[in-house]
Amino acid sequence: MKLNNAQMAWRAAQDIQDGAYVNLGIGAPEMVARYSVEGRTVIYHTENGLLNFGEAPPAGQEDWDLINAGKRAVTLKPGASFFHHADSFAMVRGGHLDVAILGAYQIAQNGDLANWRVGSKGVPAVGGAMDLVHGAKQVCVITDHVTKDGQPKLVEACTFPLTGVGCVTRIYTSLAVVDIAGGRFILREKLAGMSLDELQSQTGATLHTEGDVADLSVPEL
Amino acid sequence: MDKTVPSLAEAVKAVPDGAVVMIGGFGGSGAPIELIHALIDRFRETGSPKNLTVVNNNAGNGRIGIAAMIDAGMVAKMVCSFPRSSDPRAFTEAYLEGRVALELVPQGTLAERIRAGGAGIPAFYTPTSYGTELAEGKPVAEFDGKPYVQERWLKADVALIKAHKGDTMGNLTYRLAARNFSPLMCMAAATTIVQVSELLEPGGIDPEQVITPGIFVDHVVQVTNPQQEEALIREGAVH
Repeated sequence: MKLNNAQMAWRAAQDIQDGAYVNLGIGAPEMVARYSVEGRTVIYHTENGLLNFGEAPPAGQEDWDLINAGKRAVTLKPGASFFHHADSFAMVRGGHLDVAILGAYQIAQNGDLANWRVGSKGVPAVGGAMDLVHGAKQVCVITDHVTKDGQPKLVEACTFPLTGVGCVTRIYTSLAVVDIAGGRFILREKLAGMSLDELQSQTGATLHTEGDVADLSVPEL
Repeated sequence: MDKTVPSLAEAVKAVPDGAVVMIGGFGGSGAPIELIHALIDRFRETGSPKNLTVVNNNAGNGRIGIAAMIDAGMVAKMVCSFPRSSDPRAFTEAYLEGRVALELVPQGTLAERIRAGGAGIPAFYTPTSYGTELAEGKPVAEFDGKPYVQERWLKADVALIKAHKGDTMGNLTYRLAARNFSPLMCMAAATTIVQVSELLEPGGIDPEQVITPGIFVDHVVQVTNPQQEEALIREGAVH
């Protein structure tokens, strides 16, 4: 039993407050927008220069000048705005975003993130990941708890090339919700059917607790 | 003052060998396809301009635009943040075979370096890339207790830009999210060449709506109903 991408995205969406300005990374993080909590207005930022975009238009009605950072066609919500790339990244680095949610290959207990390349082969591509990890008030990660081979993604120190140093503050995994503070992983929530020992055995660094660990409960999605 | 030129060929005729060429656009949004293809056509006819350094967020897609420049053999180096796309063959093959060099720059740093180039700021400090391999060899300094990486301005000999409306004095507007890097590149190039869908007389654009003031623009050429790169790629177009 583990959460799928939609369920991780749903869990992350519950923590986004009304009025927040949020940037979602390409892939699973993008799904967070589907699960905005009713009654809360969340304004999504996309690096190519647009605030307050909405879902994809119906097939055949795309305007390819109106895309997000993943180069998917999007729509405009009332109150949307366009701006050039330097302003867009001023929003990122300047501390104006409330939340950035990214994917990860590895996260270290001190908040280091590796999410842009796994080795030295092929064509390297970084995009805006190294910018996004600096400046948002909260930098969160959505990721499976372990790799496809069962290797821990939450580790003592990253072995893959870093995207940023000491930048991640909260991780939503397929098994748990973990905060990072003071150079430690602090377990906040875990699946009800899983013991702390089981979870620890799939984690590459010590999971600390501070008070109660809540059940990580999500709807079927 | 009239910055218009009568044809695409005329607009790109002075781009020299070895030039640093900034090309506007993010993926297909804002890509000046007609100007790029005019430059490729000139290269095929005359062998020039060659050995170009191209600055763009990406490194081409499919068999058109920047990808077609790489296929044609006129690009020596790409400066970009994300050299991947839905069909990245042209760059991937050229890079892995060592025919095209790559300077990989984080996206926001790329934008700010271009802005700095246009604004006369030779270097600046950013938190982006600190502690990563992309910061290797760059000066680091601490400000208010936090480490920052020094990055240098980026300037170009030429910028190729797609705008929506333009007047004969070079004032520009952009369409939707096609704005992206273009206003920055207009500032950072010694010669800025712009294709516009609508060409207007001075006063035809409300001064409150001007995004790029004409001082940053040198040549304007009208391309009515311009091609959209993403739409062309979905059709399998080849140049």
